[in-house]
Amino acid sequence: MTTRIIARLDIKGPNLVKGVHLEGLRVLGKPWAFAKHYTEQGIDELIYMDAVASLYDRNGLLDFVERTAREIFVPITVGGGIRTLEDITAALKVGADKVAINTAAIKNPELINRAARRYGTSTIVVSIEAQQCASGRYECFIENGRQSTGKDVVEWAMEVAERGAGEILLTAVHREGTGNGFDIDLIREVDNAVTVPVIASGGAGEVAHVVDALRGGGVTAIAIASMFHYGALNGQVLRPEDFSEEGNISFLRSGVIGYRAKAISVDALKGELTAQGISCRRLPSVEAQT
Amino acid sequence: MTMEARECCRIGIVDYGLGNLFSIQQGVIRSGMQPFISSNAHQLASADGVILPGVGAFGDAMEALRQCDLIDPLKDFAKSGKPVMGVCLGMQLMMEESVEFGRHQGLGLFPGTVERLTPNVEIGDRYKVPHIGWSHIQPPGGSTAAKVGVPVRWCGTLLDGLSAGEYVYFVHTFRVGNTTPEAILATTTYGGDTYCSAIERDNVSAFQFHPEKSGAVGLRIYQNFATRVALSVLGDSGSAGMRSNSML
Repeated sequence: MTTRIIARLDIKGPNLVKGVHLEGLRVLGKPWAFAKHYTEQGIDELIYMDAVASLYDRNGLLDFVERTAREIFVPITVGGGIRTLEDITAALKVGADKVAINTAAIKNPELINRAARRYGTSTIVVSIEAQQCASGRYECFIENGRQSTGKDVVEWAMEVAERGAGEILLTAVHREGTGNGFDIDLIREVDNAVTVPVIASGGAGEVAHVVDALRGGGVTAIAIASMFHYGALNGQVLRPEDFSEEGNISFLRSGVIGYRAKAISVDALKGELTAQGISCRRLPSVEAQT
Repeated sequence: MTMEARECCRIGIVDYGLGNLFSIQQGVIRSGMQPFISSNAHQLASADGVILPGVGAFGDAMEALRQCDLIDPLKDFAKSGKPVMGVCLGMQLMMEESVEFGRHQGLGLFPGTVERLTPNVEIGDRYKVPHIGWSHIQPPGGSTAAKVGVPVRWCGTLLDGLSAGEYVYFVHTFRVGNTTPEAILATTTYGGDTYCSAIERDNVSAFQFHPEKSGAVGLRIYQNFATRVALSVLGDSGSAGMRSNSML
C-alpha cells in the first residue's frame, strides 16, 4: 500500500493562509507558487479549502482550481462552501476531481446520497471537523471549526460512508495548526469504523508525527499544511512576486516564522518515510537531487 | 512525428454527463491535439480519435449513452480502426457486462466482466475500497515478466516508453476481470487482488487509472495517443499508419 502524502492549502481570497485551530489566519503568499512547488516535489494530491466560503457565501476558489488543472496533472480536491449539486458541478467543471463537503452535509445529509449517485462515490469526500469535548468524546463542528453540532464523529463517519462518501477528510480542529502531532486515538477510531479511506489532517509538526498517524492511526493518507508551507518559505523557493499585498504579511517580512512545525519539503518527507519502511511514490528526478 | 500533424488531429471527448472532462481536455491539449467535447454521434464520428471518459455507476453511464444514442456509433467508431481510448469507467464500459448494482450489458469491445475489487483481508485491513491513490502498473505475465526497465510488451502500445512499475493514479471500486489475456497490457495489484489495469487490442485502448491525473507518466500516454492518431490520419491518406506505429 503506497502512502498518499497530500498538501492541504487553505485559501482566503487570493491568498494561501494558515491558522491555528482553523482560526487566526496568517497570509503565507499566493497559493499558485506553493501548489506548483509541491507538484514539482512529487505531491500525491492537492486539497484546496476555501477558508471563508461557508461563512460568507463565496466561491472565489474556482479560478484557481482551473489554473491548477490546466497546468498540473495530479488530483485536486476542492472544499469550502460546497452546498448544492450545482456547486459540485461547477467545481468538477473547472477540473476538480473530488469535492469535500462538511457544513452542507451535516445540515442536509441527503446531499451525500444524491451527490454520490450523480457523480460517483469516489468524487465525494466528506470533511469532518472533529473537536474533543471535555468528556473525551469527539464532536463534529461546522463553519470551519466554529460551530458545534452535537453529532458524534464516529457515528457520523459511519453514516456518511453508508450514504455514499468515497473518502473522509478527518481534521482534528483541536490539533490543527499546533504542530503538536495528530490525534492518534481519533484517527484510529474513525479509520476502524469505516471501510472507505480516511485522510488524517491536523497537527503534523515533524516526521515522527506522520509516522505515528500511519502506523498508530492506521490510515494510508495524510494531509499536511504547515510543515510544507514553512518548508517552501524557508527553502526560499518563492520569489517576492509570489506574495500579495493583501492581508497581514508583516510576519513574513520580519523573517520570523516562529512556528512549532518543523519545515520540510515533500520529497524530503517521503525520503524519511521510505527510510522507515513506509512505501511512498517519489519522483526519480527529484530524488536524484537529494 | 511532427507537431503539425498532431495539431490537425481532432479528438472527440464523449460527453454523456459524467466524468472530469476538463482534465482530459487539458491532457489532449498538452499532447498537441485539438479536443472537442460532444454528445453528438455525427460530430464524434468525424473525429480522428475518441476518448471515452467516465466516473460513477456503470448502469447509469450505459443508460446515459443509450439516451444520447451513442452505443452503436461508439462501436462503429471502434470498428473503423480510428484510435479510441477509454479512461476509468470508460474502460469498464468497453467490457461485455458489469455486475455493479445488478447485471448491465456493456459496449462489448473487449471480452470480460466488471466486478468489485476484492482486497484480501488477510493481508491487512488497510486496503480500503474505493482504491484511491498511486499504484504500480506492471506488464502481464506474473513473476516471469521483468519488473524493471521498459517492457517489450509495451513497445508500440500507448504505454510505449514507460518503465515497469511506474506509479499512476487510481480511483475506483470496480475493476475488469476475465478478459482475454492477449489484450491485457498491464496489471495492478491492490491488497492481493491482481487485475487488468490497462487493456489494448488494435486501435482500442483503455486504462482503469487516470492518465490525466498521473503526472508526467500519464502525459506520456496522451502523447502516445496523439502519435497514434496522427499516424492513423496519415495512414488514411497513404500507407497504413497503425502498422508503422507498432513497428517504431
